[in-house]
Amino acid sequence: MQAQFHSLADFFHMGGYGFYVWLSYGVAYASLAILIGVTLTRKGRVLKEIAAKAKREERLAQHRSAKE
Amino acid sequence: MWKWLHPYAEPQRAYRLAGKFVPWLSVIAILMLLTGTIWGMVFSPTDYQQGDSYRIIFVHVPAASMSMMAYVSMAIAAFIGLVWQLKMADWMAASIAPVGAVITFIALVTGSTWGKPMWGTWWVWDARLTSELVLLFLYLGVISLYASFEDKVLAARAAGILSIVGVINIPIIKYSVDWWNSLHQSSIKMTGKTAMPPDMLIPLVINILGFGVMIAALSLIRFRSEVLARNGMRPWVRELALAQGAK
Repeated sequence: MQAQFHSLADFFHMGGYGFYVWLSYGVAYASLAILIGVTLTRKGRVLKEIAAKAKREERLAQHRSAKE
Repeated sequence: MWKWLHPYAEPQRAYRLAGKFVPWLSVIAILMLLTGTIWGMVFSPTDYQQGDSYRIIFVHVPAASMSMMAYVSMAIAAFIGLVWQLKMADWMAASIAPVGAVITFIALVTGSTWGKPMWGTWWVWDARLTSELVLLFLYLGVISLYASFEDKVLAARAAGILSIVGVINIPIIKYSVDWWNSLHQSSIKMTGKTAMPPDMLIPLVINILGFGVMIAALSLIRFRSEVLARNGMRPWVRELALAQGAK
């Protein structure tokens, strides 16, 4: 196995197709990065929402028992 | 089988079990995608017809083939959810949909940027391209149906029916290049005179499998969040949420 490009500039040039090759890889990896970011942070967002709801219900219950 | 399967149909167990798989799948996916992509981009020989533009294949073909694989997996999960009323399967289907949509989007965009230098156009309304676009719309339809009902049992039923009906599109995508005249090239040959040489084929196969493992990992991570979101009233989820919130 041998590297097909003689230099880094050669690699980025992609035999004249650099624009298309890097555009496709750029869009692909950018959309993957967004997907991975949203996926990894979702658990935190869900738990935060559930915690807020649990606390709200707790306050409501306390309020009710204080009234009686 | 049901006796064995039953404990895993319990949300907390499924949540934990999925959590055990995620790190392994993630590491395997990263290693495979790094190997396949670097091999394909740097070491695979230049194509005698298409020059270096063909290197788009190492992201285009994995995305395109796995967008169909993900769809079939989603439809199978939806089918299990519909027939056996297994909520866990519905949640799995809902978790695969956004991942599949992004992968389909990648297949379309990379195909477009490959089409421009090779065919002279970003887009043509031919069978392969149009049916893949329909696949994206099917994914978006499933996602929006699932999101648009407050009652998630009903939402999963609606989204599930759409995903099962949409399976008809999969053979159309797969065989479109054989059934109709197309600008799109036909399937890659693994054997015979016009077979792809191993220096191109091996990194391509590594990337296809890598995409598959990555989709599995991302779907399982989403599945875990989905389990939590759907079980917000259960004590174990509340405990987890309050512990997380205290941090």
